[in-house]
Amino acid sequence: MAVALAASAAEPVDFARDIAPLFEKRCHACHGPRTQMNGLRLDDRAAALKGGNGGPVLVPGKSAESRLLRLVAGLEDKKIMPPAGPRLTQREVGLLRAWIDQGANWPDLPGTASAPTSRPTHWSFQPIARPKPPPTRNETWARNPIDRFVLARLERENIEPSPEADRRTLIRRVTFDLTGLPPAPADVAAFLLDNRPEAYERVVDRLLESPHYGERWARHWLDLARYADSDGYEKDYVRPHAWRWRHWVIESFNQDKPFNQFTIEQIAGDLLPNATVEQRIATGFHRNTLTNREGGVNIEQFRVEQVIDRAATAGTVWLGLSTGCAQCHDHKYDPITQKEFYQLYAFFNNADEYEIDAPLAGEMGPYLQKLPEYRRKRDELLSKYRVSELQGPWEARMKEARANPGRWTDWDHAYDALQKYLDHADRILNLPVEKRSRKWTDAITDHFVINYHRVIGKDEWKELKFTDLRKQLNELKDSYPRLSEAPIIAEDPAIRRKSNIHLRGDWKRKGAEVQPGVPGFLHGFEPAGPATRLDFAAWLVSPRNPLTARVTVNRFWQEFFGRGVVRTSDDFGAQGEKPTHPELLDWLAGRFMDSGWRVKALHRLIVTSAAYRQSSRARPEIDVRDAAHTLLARQSRLRLPAESVRDAALSVSELLYPAIGGKSVRPPIPKGVVELSYGGSVKWPESEGRDRYRRGLYILFQRTVPYPMLMNFDAPDANTAACRRERSNTPLQALNLLNDPVFVEAAQALAARVLREGSGDRVDRLFEIALARTPSPREREWVEAYLHKQVQLLERNPKQAEELFPLDLPGHARVETAAWTALSSAVLNLDEFITRE
Amino acid sequence: MRFQEHLFIETRRDFFRKSLGGVGTMALAHVMAQDGRTADTAEANPLAPREPHFAAKAKNVIFMFQEGGPSQIDLYDPKPALQKWHGKPLPESMTKDLTLAFVKPDAKVLGSERKFTRHGKSGVEYSDYIPHIGSRADDICLIRSMFTEAFNHHPGQSLLFSGSTQFGRPTIGAWVSYGLGSASENLPGFVVLSSGRGTSGGSMNWASGFLPSTYQGVVFRNSGDPILYLQNPPGVSGETQRARLDLIRQLNQERLALTGDTTISSRIHSYELAFRMQSAGPELLDFSKESPATLEMYGVNKEPTHPYAVNCLLARRMVESGVRFVMLAHASWDDHQELSKKLKKNCDITDQPAAALLRDLKQRGLLETTLVVWAGEFGRTPMGQLERIDEDPGRDHHPNCYSVWVAGGGVRGGQVVGRTDDIGLQVAEDKVHVHDLQATLLHCLGLDHTRLTYRHMGRDFRLTDVAGSVVGKMLV
Repeated sequence: MAVALAASAAEPVDFARDIAPLFEKRCHACHGPRTQMNGLRLDDRAAALKGGNGGPVLVPGKSAESRLLRLVAGLEDKKIMPPAGPRLTQREVGLLRAWIDQGANWPDLPGTASAPTSRPTHWSFQPIARPKPPPTRNETWARNPIDRFVLARLERENIEPSPEADRRTLIRRVTFDLTGLPPAPADVAAFLLDNRPEAYERVVDRLLESPHYGERWARHWLDLARYADSDGYEKDYVRPHAWRWRHWVIESFNQDKPFNQFTIEQIAGDLLPNATVEQRIATGFHRNTLTNREGGVNIEQFRVEQVIDRAATAGTVWLGLSTGCAQCHDHKYDPITQKEFYQLYAFFNNADEYEIDAPLAGEMGPYLQKLPEYRRKRDELLSKYRVSELQGPWEARMKEARANPGRWTDWDHAYDALQKYLDHADRILNLPVEKRSRKWTDAITDHFVINYHRVIGKDEWKELKFTDLRKQLNELKDSYPRLSEAPIIAEDPAIRRKSNIHLRGDWKRKGAEVQPGVPGFLHGFEPAGPATRLDFAAWLVSPRNPLTARVTVNRFWQEFFGRGVVRTSDDFGAQGEKPTHPELLDWLAGRFMDSGWRVKALHRLIVTSAAYRQSSRARPEIDVRDAAHTLLARQSRLRLPAESVRDAALSVSELLYPAIGGKSVRPPIPKGVVELSYGGSVKWPESEGRDRYRRGLYILFQRTVPYPMLMNFDAPDANTAACRRERSNTPLQALNLLNDPVFVEAAQALAARVLREGSGDRVDRLFEIALARTPSPREREWVEAYLHKQVQLLERNPKQAEELFPLDLPGHARVETAAWTALSSAVLNLDEFITRE
Repeated sequence: MRFQEHLFIETRRDFFRKSLGGVGTMALAHVMAQDGRTADTAEANPLAPREPHFAAKAKNVIFMFQEGGPSQIDLYDPKPALQKWHGKPLPESMTKDLTLAFVKPDAKVLGSERKFTRHGKSGVEYSDYIPHIGSRADDICLIRSMFTEAFNHHPGQSLLFSGSTQFGRPTIGAWVSYGLGSASENLPGFVVLSSGRGTSGGSMNWASGFLPSTYQGVVFRNSGDPILYLQNPPGVSGETQRARLDLIRQLNQERLALTGDTTISSRIHSYELAFRMQSAGPELLDFSKESPATLEMYGVNKEPTHPYAVNCLLARRMVESGVRFVMLAHASWDDHQELSKKLKKNCDITDQPAAALLRDLKQRGLLETTLVVWAGEFGRTPMGQLERIDEDPGRDHHPNCYSVWVAGGGVRGGQVVGRTDDIGLQVAEDKVHVHDLQATLLHCLGLDHTRLTYRHMGRDFRLTDVAGSVVGKMLV
């Protein structure tokens, strides 16, 4: 080792002359007053001797043991310091070595004493101002304060705002934006006839009270929460209770739960005094992390990775910062240190995963009534098949195997399976039988029945007829009323884990211990006692927090205008874009907080603004100057999100089953999709009856093989928080709308609806239902020509007509229904149909 | 602009520190827009062919993904010295830092039963299970010194394809489509073919991550409806489909004229491409114009080669039609037990078609412009694995060293890169990390892996994350 080191300089080293300038020139950029990568600071004696997150780097008197020297000398595998620029010269390394060997003498020098870390000047970290809406030259356009900010900006550029969109466009736009569904023709007609003042506001108020409002905004929140109905990773097991949290989100939006309360319950509902079941369900937000059950995965490794994911996701969703970048190193652009990331991590480190009973209204009575009978029958089955007798010795042996890894191959694997497939396996195993909850008792017994073959061999297992038993147990369970369950996180006072920095994000490499805490550059954090998750939640929605309100209103704005006031809604840090209307953003954020974090009120304010109500027609003379519409001189035409594309087709065809909330569904999926899951293991038992026609947000999201239509239209993959969706435009989307049986069926049903309802002009009716407008004369001409040609064609091909529309519609010839089906399909494929203008 | 972009990236960190206010991002957006690689300009055809960063031989990629981790010790990297250890555990000094999925470090060594023979002028050794691949030895650049960090399947596949074990990043096929666009007028730019059972990574192995979904892999099935929803619904003939599309186009154009929204022209373009795909897709599956010799060479009409042979032949036909990136996923080589039997089965399925693909591409002069890759997500341990004592042993996952090969497209064939130690436990010479392989593949396509970036969550992401260097030895 010493051989490879540059020779130590022979002469006595002077810190001020030889070392300080070297540190300053080559190290301070990353380990200085502004940044302390990896927690190391080389401009301050005490800090330098303390070292970095990985421990000391200087051992006075022992240069060969000093990591700093090994790093600059290139003796550490794969790593050299400084990482950029030329390597230190032999002489420089020699000087450093001599300095350390001579005792690392570090006298106080002017300017090197602990300089305070400078407060960041980045815009989003500054307190939210309460700007006054500016005066504008045009005094009639503004409908509310939002418009004065928008108009003032336009006036600076000498641009007139666009005129208000026509009523048909307006009601279609606002209905999609608030409920994710198209307006019913009757609603359009009523709006057109309403000559009273505030007709539009009445439409808005009706939509805000629609239960579909909660569905549409829940979907927005699910994107952020990386919601899915399965574990992810290879095994990708279905999470049968995931929907219960989604149900809570829908209800929260419909009840207009204030956003601060919505936040607190999701971050730490379990820690609220006398937490209700619903408040505990809220913590299901954090249960959307992926779970790896691959064999050979270390349980603790995955627990750590899940906690990291929870901390990083909270950072993205509430703070709009890529805090997750700091899991391996100090953030490169924002002032978040690795230590601070693990302080956030520490808030979540003692929260474990549980499933709780979370009954919906009406479930409890029948359940309680039948419970004793169910327990009796279950116990009878278990004793009939000798489970009660065999499980005890199996558990005892399992504990032995756990204590002696590597001794019995079969048991090693069986224990591995127990840990992977049974949550809390070790804790259940450690509890005496009589102390286990009923849930845990049943869980380990069920696991035993399914997995006993791992240790006794298939033959003996077959003799026990455990497959029959399993079937009977499942049937029994299915034939009795059950309670809905919910995945939550909660803390067990008996489990207190210490939190450490994980070097380079590696779960095995622990650095310094950390306490729960928040990034130091933001507003103060003063918990009354030891900091808890609940304190963190309160800190997130503190009125002094410069980020949460800005980040939240910006994402809402993005949903209504197609882009945020800050375009990079996922990044409010130094790498993100600046707000196009900073004062508007602050005004909205202030207003949001001052009005009690009311989401509906904020949405109402936005959609009733003149800015929102503008036409989306292109304005070439302005669009060249402002291609990205940053000035808001008009609205934008926006392709509908994936779920709304489906919902719109189901809605106009009246196939939609509009129940609110509840379990996920599996509509028919094309052959060959789930077959591509790991070993083809994902099963897709199709939902029956009207469940096939539920809205897109209820489609079971299987992470490794998601429903193809959703992915074709840019639904997020549910791996990380998705703050904004792409709106791509691909041939697969075309094929999807043209040929997917869902859309074929919608075309048939739409045709039937038009023929049934259209006593007057049917082409008008079709356009009114699908596009909320009537066709232009030219459009009518083309459509009628097309219809005419289809009828001729189908008269020659009755078989095609039969296939196009396989039902009898009384009063209508088959060629007529078939031709209308073809036309309806064309309309469902129009760009306009899948766009809100 | 290229020069500016280069300068920009060189000084990026410095640049951003100085421009906390966001000038930096604006500059980047500008540079990227000039470069034509911004994806949110929906107006333009996002799959239009694009010039590479520099001139290069390879235009297309066929990535033969061998899911599960094929055993390099029994296929590509002979270890006669292993026989001496057979049945004994390795000393602790050798195994103390190993991370293994299932076996304990003191598991007993399993010698290989395979016979290795030298092939071609180059004389590179290949196992008796893969004689056909061996016969292409002079075209193949065999890397014996691959290593990775991930030792479980899904993270390993994620690293191999997206450069990260963190999920949600774009995969290599998406990156290449994003970087070079598509040269096909009637097929997607990135196509996925699958045989055997599904893979651990599922659709994440060909996902576009945070790139627009335009760049995601399109699964192409070798029977039935080759692409989802490609077939007209019942009652719709080619003629009625065309009439329907004409009406849609008319009405879309009318809307375009009225609203002035240019994304509508992109939608019109998508519908036309979709229509062409409807005929091009089934045409690809029509092998009637292939000569009997070709079909025989691939093994199309016999078992067990049939499914893989069809995919290999389809891959060649796709490359001929300009598809940029074809991925052939075959699962699974995850032989924890009964190694000899299961390994033979997979070799019998894949060996002949894979070799035929190389030969066929070469005969047609396509190998020069097509990069062919044969790779799993990791290798297998020299130690044996027993799950149940009454079974034949297999091998566990081994990330520390394994073999991968690449042929064509500017890669020098007939050579071996790297060396492992005598028992196949560690790399002894010329370590090649997954990121290095990715950097090299991009390099062969004329793409600089440090410059092929996409801005997401405030950061310029790239396939090779923050690492990777081109393996010069692999190149011509």
